Amino acid sequence: MPEPVVVAVTAPLALALAASLLGGRRGRWPGLLAAAAVVAAVALLTRDVVAHGPVRHQVGGWGAPLGIDLFVDGLALLFLWLSAGVGAAATVYATAYFHDDEAAGAFWPAWLTLWGGLQAVFVTADLFNAYVGLELLGLAAVALVALGGGRAIGAATRYLLVSMLGSLLYLLGVALLYAAHGTLDLSRLAAAAGEDGLERAALAAMLAGLLFKTAIVPLHAWLPPAHADAPGPASAVLSALVVKATLYLALRLWTALPGLATAGWLVGALGAAAVLWGGLHALRAPRLKLLVAYSTVGQLGYVLLAFPLLPSSAAVAGAAYQALAHGVAKAALFLAASTVLRAAGGDRLDDLRGLGHRLPVTAVAFGLAGASIVGLPPSGGFVAKWLLLTAAVRAGAWWVVLVIALGGLLAAAYVLRVVGRSLAPAHAGAPPLKAPRRLEWTALALALASVALGLVAAWPLALLEGLAP
Amino acid sequence: MTLATWYALVGALLAALGLHGAVVRRHLLRKVLALNLAASGVFLLLVAPGARGPTTDPVPQAMVITGIVVAVSASALAIWLARRLHAETGRAALPDAEDDRA
Repeated sequence: MPEPVVVAVTAPLALALAASLLGGRRGRWPGLLAAAAVVAAVALLTRDVVAHGPVRHQVGGWGAPLGIDLFVDGLALLFLWLSAGVGAAATVYATAYFHDDEAAGAFWPAWLTLWGGLQAVFVTADLFNAYVGLELLGLAAVALVALGGGRAIGAATRYLLVSMLGSLLYLLGVALLYAAHGTLDLSRLAAAAGEDGLERAALAAMLAGLLFKTAIVPLHAWLPPAHADAPGPASAVLSALVVKATLYLALRLWTALPGLATAGWLVGALGAAAVLWGGLHALRAPRLKLLVAYSTVGQLGYVLLAFPLLPSSAAVAGAAYQALAHGVAKAALFLAASTVLRAAGGDRLDDLRGLGHRLPVTAVAFGLAGASIVGLPPSGGFVAKWLLLTAAVRAGAWWVVLVIALGGLLAAAYVLRVVGRSLAPAHAGAPPLKAPRRLEWTALALALASVALGLVAAWPLALLEGLAP
Repeated sequence: MTLATWYALVGALLAALGLHGAVVRRHLLRKVLALNLAASGVFLLLVAPGARGPTTDPVPQAMVITGIVVAVSASALAIWLARRLHAETGRAALPDAEDDRA
């Protein structure tokens, strides 16, 4: 039987080929098969990690430094579950979303390639292999944005250029790190790491590249149009998953290499700026999908707020849980917003009046996922912010507490902009809206999951234990 | 100056020139070319330490081959997008960022 960690990466990639061979809407069958394979592989992997501790697999029997090692521990599993859950929901949503063969024929191969690249980043123990995974998912993500057509082409081009620039900076760091230590395996690097200048330069370049690709203020301008103009299921995976791959790598580098500790406050300050900037822009966004995209800029900032508090285990848990909770809730928001756009033919906020009566399931999904974004108990977002607050108070970092509180207020305000309008009575003569049931219920399922993440938080957090010192 | 240092210096210079061009130039084709120049610089930096010892380290060379494949695919995608953009807007430059377009 093949190793689950290998299946988790190769199944989507192989099925991407199958989808491009089949072409058109028939690509949904390999898509559904990939979703089943990924969820099963991650479940088996979880069983192995729970039973025997972290899994290390030498691909093809070649060990590091010549071969590539795959490594899965609690932190990797958390991100793998995020990718498996959101990916499966987006897959089901997409089976009902695309009508014409041309868009579907481009969507399925691109999405499955992206999924494979994402999984590769989450399971890699090697920094160059991570680069390959990042490129794979980056190019596929650009293709998904371009599928939106029209003004999405400009957004996709900007996204690609930023992504190439970010990757080059990251690769520059990889080159310097290899020159310094002669290895790129994370555990070997952690053992070899010192305080020399070459290593610091390497880490600075890698970090700059990763922040570029994560759309952290002031390098964020490419994200909102790219995420808002992409087709529905693509928006969800871009905002929920793709930006998490670079954050995951940054978190990995940080916990493995002590040379980065001094840069923590800078990253934390950027995070604080992102929380406020993203929140303020979401308050002013004229369209629903643009509002949700700006909310991503802000919510990613929360993850960075944890960096000056690392390597405390509460900070690692807070950053990881924020990534997880935001991913699930944001995917639900984007799927719900895309259903509205599809059903109403537009998503201007002023046209959303009466949504609660006209499209009730989707409005409820938006409200529930919005509650998690705001951080209301008992949602997953609440647990994440609670962990971050705990870490901040323990470290005496009161400015972090202040930013988290302000960010929560801003999030509440922009979520209420939408919820308030959907509860208002509809304009006279506004027709009832219709949307395929599968679109409405997948968004609701994700929204319920985002709330449930707060109720069952003990279990994922137990997986994380033993990672941080 | 050793051969390795020379390679590393030239690589760093190319990377810096390329990154500068990618940010400053407006024409999309120039941006793509600049990024390719930067990539060549990074590749040179990667192989430079291989010139240090009597035997060549194969790992950086394998990485550079992978990197070239990535750079070619990314450039192809970028040029395709630039052509689409040109066909739709008549310009080969990015539209100005408008954050809050309705």
